[in-house]
Amino acid sequence: MGSAKTNGLSVFLLSALLLFSVFSSVGCQALWNQPYSHAQIESSTLFSSFSEPPKHLDPVVSYSSNEWSILGQIYEPPLQYHYLKRPYTLEPLTLQTLPEVRYLNAAGQALQNNQTVAYSEYTLTLKPNVFYQPHPAFVMQDGRLKYGDLSEAQLKTIHSVADFKEQGTRELLAEDYVYAIKRMGLRQNHSPILDTMQHYIVGLREFSSLASEDYAAKIAGDPQVKNRFFDLRNYAISGVKVIDKYRFSIRIKGEYPQFLYWLSMNFFAPIPWEAERFYKQPGLVAKNITLDTSPVGTGPYYLAENNPNKRMRLVANPNFHDEFYPVDGLAEGADAALLNDAGKKLPFIKEVVYTLEKESVPLWNKFLQGYYDASGVSSDSFDQAVSIGAGGGMQLTQEMQDKGIGFLTTVQPTIMYLGFNMADPVVGGYSEQQRKLRQALSIAVNYDEYITIFLNGRGVAAQGPIPPGISGYQTGQAGLNPYTFEWQNGRAQRKALEQAKRLLAEAGYPEGRLPDGSPLTLYFDTPATGPDSKAQLNWYRKQFAKLGIELVIRATDYNRFQDKVRGAKAQMFVWGWNADYPDPENFLFLLYGGNAAIHTNGAGINSANYDNPEFNRLFEQIKTMADSPERRDLIAQMVAIAQRDAPWVWGFYPQSLALYHGWYHNVWANPLANNTLKYKRIDAAQRTAMQQQWNQPVIWPLILVFALLLLAVYPLYRAYRARQTKRLVATEERF
Amino acid sequence: MSLTLLWTDGLIWGLIAALAAWGRIVSRSVQVRRQWMQVFESKVAMVSAIVLLFYVLLALLDSIHFTQQEAGQGLQSVLDALLAHLATVQERTYSAPFALTEYNRTLQTLEDGTVAMLYQPLQHINPAASMLWESGKALLAGLLIFTLATAVHLLWRSRVNDVSFVAQARAVWQGRTQLPWKTAYLTVLLLLLAMSWLYQLSFSYHVLGTDKVGGDVLYESLKSIRTGVLIGVLTTLVMLPVALLLGIAAGLFKGWVDDVIQYLYTTLNSIPGVLLIAAAVLVMQVMIGNHPEWFSSTEERADMRLLFLVLILGMTSWTGLCRLLRAETLKISQIEFVTAARAFGVSRFTIIGRHILPNVMHIVLIAVVLDFSGLVLAEAVLSYVGVGVDPTMHSWGNMINQARLEMAREPMVWWSLFAAFIFMFCLVLAANLFSDRVQRVLDPRSQTS
Amino acid sequence: MLAYIIRRLLFAVPILIGVNLITFALFFMVNTPEDMARAQLGAKQTTPEMIAAWKADHGYDKPLFFNGEAPGLSKISDTLFVEESLKLFVFDFGQSDSGRQISADIYERMWPSLQIALPTFVIALVTNIALALLIVLFRGSVLDTASMMVAVAIMSVSGLFYIIAGQLLFSKIWHWVPISGYEGGWDGLKFVVLPVVIGVFAGLGSGVRWYRSLFLEEINKDYVRTARAKGLSEIKVLFGHVLQNGLLPILTGVVVVIPTLFMGSLIMESFFGIPGLGSYTIDAINAQDFAIVKAMVFLGSVLYIVGLILTDISYTYFDPRVRLQ
Repeated sequence: MGSAKTNGLSVFLLSALLLFSVFSSVGCQALWNQPYSHAQIESSTLFSSFSEPPKHLDPVVSYSSNEWSILGQIYEPPLQYHYLKRPYTLEPLTLQTLPEVRYLNAAGQALQNNQTVAYSEYTLTLKPNVFYQPHPAFVMQDGRLKYGDLSEAQLKTIHSVADFKEQGTRELLAEDYVYAIKRMGLRQNHSPILDTMQHYIVGLREFSSLASEDYAAKIAGDPQVKNRFFDLRNYAISGVKVIDKYRFSIRIKGEYPQFLYWLSMNFFAPIPWEAERFYKQPGLVAKNITLDTSPVGTGPYYLAENNPNKRMRLVANPNFHDEFYPVDGLAEGADAALLNDAGKKLPFIKEVVYTLEKESVPLWNKFLQGYYDASGVSSDSFDQAVSIGAGGGMQLTQEMQDKGIGFLTTVQPTIMYLGFNMADPVVGGYSEQQRKLRQALSIAVNYDEYITIFLNGRGVAAQGPIPPGISGYQTGQAGLNPYTFEWQNGRAQRKALEQAKRLLAEAGYPEGRLPDGSPLTLYFDTPATGPDSKAQLNWYRKQFAKLGIELVIRATDYNRFQDKVRGAKAQMFVWGWNADYPDPENFLFLLYGGNAAIHTNGAGINSANYDNPEFNRLFEQIKTMADSPERRDLIAQMVAIAQRDAPWVWGFYPQSLALYHGWYHNVWANPLANNTLKYKRIDAAQRTAMQQQWNQPVIWPLILVFALLLLAVYPLYRAYRARQTKRLVATEERF
Repeated sequence: MSLTLLWTDGLIWGLIAALAAWGRIVSRSVQVRRQWMQVFESKVAMVSAIVLLFYVLLALLDSIHFTQQEAGQGLQSVLDALLAHLATVQERTYSAPFALTEYNRTLQTLEDGTVAMLYQPLQHINPAASMLWESGKALLAGLLIFTLATAVHLLWRSRVNDVSFVAQARAVWQGRTQLPWKTAYLTVLLLLLAMSWLYQLSFSYHVLGTDKVGGDVLYESLKSIRTGVLIGVLTTLVMLPVALLLGIAAGLFKGWVDDVIQYLYTTLNSIPGVLLIAAAVLVMQVMIGNHPEWFSSTEERADMRLLFLVLILGMTSWTGLCRLLRAETLKISQIEFVTAARAFGVSRFTIIGRHILPNVMHIVLIAVVLDFSGLVLAEAVLSYVGVGVDPTMHSWGNMINQARLEMAREPMVWWSLFAAFIFMFCLVLAANLFSDRVQRVLDPRSQTS
Repeated sequence: MLAYIIRRLLFAVPILIGVNLITFALFFMVNTPEDMARAQLGAKQTTPEMIAAWKADHGYDKPLFFNGEAPGLSKISDTLFVEESLKLFVFDFGQSDSGRQISADIYERMWPSLQIALPTFVIALVTNIALALLIVLFRGSVLDTASMMVAVAIMSVSGLFYIIAGQLLFSKIWHWVPISGYEGGWDGLKFVVLPVVIGVFAGLGSGVRWYRSLFLEEINKDYVRTARAKGLSEIKVLFGHVLQNGLLPILTGVVVVIPTLFMGSLIMESFFGIPGLGSYTIDAINAQDFAIVKAMVFLGSVLYIVGLILTDISYTYFDPRVRLQ
């Protein structure tokens, strides 16, 4: 290298070359900012994202929606929800028909006349020829697992399940479902529903304590046992029996029709014992290859790549059994195009790539560039995407329509509410005065306004505890909460503030003041401490101030908030509930006195500690009933009681909003079903064309930069020559 | 109306008082005076010093808090009172600088009952105001203040130099003064003109636009100055005593004292900084969350959090200076006059006060000015990670954090980021330039080369 | 030499114990094991039995520093602190609170971090030195003053601005590179370009200034004057003498940084969605996963100490006058 000038320049030139080689190596057809490979883009691959890595992919512990959105595609519990039907309807998935139920008396025999039901026994019959995904655990050699005892040498080349040379499969058997229930019973597996299920499944409690204690004793002897196989087949649950290859039965205490809904959840997905035997090898555990990271299922997809820090990839399961797109059941108001694929074999999409995307900004931009096929809408991009139409309904903006983007909105089976602690001497209690205070507050806290301000209109003000889409929810005037709303001009109108003030005066706090003239002070607990919550908390304060009541906000972190609510130490709090299953019981039990936190030492789910004997009586009655007009009548009575007592300010039912590109087909919102990917279809050719159109690189700045750099060379060279001829006198630093 | 002293207010005023006292003491030394003259001889240093002073003044104005019971308002600072027309009013949402309407259309029901998407007019501006006329007024006012201030200063200089006012003015104009007063006057003029223009127009417009919830961005940026300056200045204040004490003790006493101190700072140093800060801030958050009764207002809570943040930053940043001081003390205590003094039985504290402290002062000064800009920048990063100042507090870090989402909007909302960028850039640039000069003059090493 | 290294390593032990003490004290001031169990088990219907089982499973059922129930010496040794610390010293990081093997995770996430940090480091070093030399060549001229002004200006901008502006310009408006993402190996070049360019640019100001002053110090030394007096051209002087001699302090100065490159960059990684150790740490802090935080703090401290030792060694290697004892 001859001179400093060329050295400095060569760096630039080198980097220029580097840049150009990068871009040219990608090829002229591929786009510079294309984050995926060319082959992926042109095949029927769905591109999606996840914002935080799923913690667990073991169906026995997994209980959050982001995990289920992946697990649902891999595992198949006995039942599923019909993709299109409303109200939500169960249909068999791996079963031939819906489970047959038999009612038994205390002796375990068929019910004689007039006997009360002591047990219900469900018999489940599997479809034959359902096979598991290809997996090394199923490879047998001489009657034993080929990869059951891996040596150090074998382990060396193994980094994921895909690295095993041989992959096997096996037919789905009834015992796999029974094995899954046993895994739930083992306390050390941390199943979140074990304590609930112990109430229902006969023999689960005994099984759980026996197996867990045996296991704990083993671990105490040698902690390494944790990483070895603990064979649950040696223990039996008295109420869960394998009848034959394809049939098994589950016995439930008393009547519990909602049990069928649990059978659609991943907790009841089959687990082949071979898989657990295979994964419980210390060498594999050390490499993070466990049932918790590499699931084994019979579903339409299998997890081909699991790097929770970067990417998860689902690939269509070659062994997937015959399942077909539904031919009927289109809900009212749904797009008829949803039935275009009726009767075709599932799944359509061959591969799904989930990329880790923690920030909302890149996610949204990539969606607009066409690199994600669907996206939610954050409040920052809401204005850009959605405008409120003349009728108050949402519609896409012109920009989105021009891109051929579609949108889907649905009210979720969820309620967000402001709960009063009924055990509190001020806001709680069942006297007429205390009731009036709560009714007054229910009018004053204007959730219609909240929805407009904070949710961009994505929500529906609640009239009672049961959200739309769930049996027992009533539309129109019949469902109106007469204590908070009035029926005017064919729609529910919040009562005027004057009525709230009158109620407040009747409650003994005229103008929001105590008898001694000082303002009534109420306390509001919240886990929110972030920047966005500031505006919301101010809003709550304003709602109470309208009545002259002073609201003191106690913000803590989520853990402490939970502790306070569980310990009935909070006066008022905001909380929400997501439906586990579409039955009103799943919402009404939040108000059942037997579940009150104060009666159950904090374990109960009734955080408001509402305890009305009449309500409790009705609840016990509807709990064991199947959906029927009589049951709906009783539920209407319960809702009316709760509306009068007002233990919650019935907040709102949130509404989900999703955008998707024109090449993404069969998109339909079913908040309860998790396994909906198999129904969807991608038009890859159209996607490629649109991406090309939207992402052509702008090259002139690059040329400009290099031109400028080249132009700078000559003046520099001249300056150097000039300095060479003129000797420097001093080299003092200036600056 | 009653004065309220927040914790950080007390500290910053205490620091100012201490600085003034220290300035008086050291200005008696001829050598020190000469050094500082040398610093300010550079035009760049003069300009940056004035800019810095300007920022500090605004921060100080924002550090006098009072409550006005009769007005029913919460805690206010003098700056809030000056900017009351910006602090108390709020638009609905985004609006661009100097805009007359909101940035996005909203749905409105017209008088005839139909609905339409319209740009809503802003509530708190004065669209009738003539931009030209207002600007003229503002510039005139700025010029007036400048003339007054300059006259006073010239008069003072002429008294000191014992020449006539005119002679002094001529000397300044022709650049014959030892310090570059001409440059200084020009800087002050420009600053005054810019500020009075912004201030005057802020009555009629949102000069830098409004943010998501309709807050004025100019007001936010000005309020953020206090946060930035306080973090930069108070952190040093917190770490200085620790670093001085431990550094000199280690260098002077040697032996086990030295071992313990070295162990302490190596241990602290080896923990990755952000992790240590994050962990400590989490602890503090929980503590504050568990004791809501400690604070009567959100301002107090935010202030306490700022104070803790400053303490934590101080605790993690004293190690560097401590190591330098230890090495320097080791060196000095070997020099003959110190060994001689010790042989004469002079007490150790006298030695520290008389010989060591004055001789390590330049290291301290350089560290202080060098750290300042780094700390201002660090605040932004910490806020991004989520362990910075309270989210309710105005700070550039919080503004940038919010602005990241705004840049993804279409059309782009650029003014929040722009304002934070400009205000932060000017402060940090001035600090960097000034610290450069201080280092050049005070560091003996750079003088020899 | 070997004896010296061993002694330094032994000296590291009390430091690492101190580091562990600090992390333990800080973390358990914030989090009770109950909190951690709740965070891991999820919020829906968590029963006391489930929490107890989780704590026992993860070893959080022991007291922190002092076990009053245990006999004799195990009053101290049968505690959470001693047990966990001992494991760290043999680099057994155990499993995270969510049940993953930390060592495997760290190993996996190390490469993405390096893929960003190493090119940034090397390119920055070369660019900084090249530019500094260019400026030294024109020292005292307008170009010198102007470039120093620009350098200070570059230093005065928060790194966040560079990232935001870079993503906006190069990814969103000009469509040059993907906005975020990561891929291993050469396929990942398009993802790496922008973070590296931004990283290099953000460090340009301070880097160039530092090397410039280093070279200026060198250029004023006698041997350089002699060389120049011999009539060597300025460029030959710079490359033949100044660069060669200046390289030693540069090398010994940067050695300390090299081990810490493994730790990755917190900000860069979370902005660009790079699955490295930096974002690992941030996630762990947000998820209150103590096992990971502890492991990362420990690893960071170890790497720092390794850096110090490497510096000492490089001194002796490059400068025969320095002797380690």
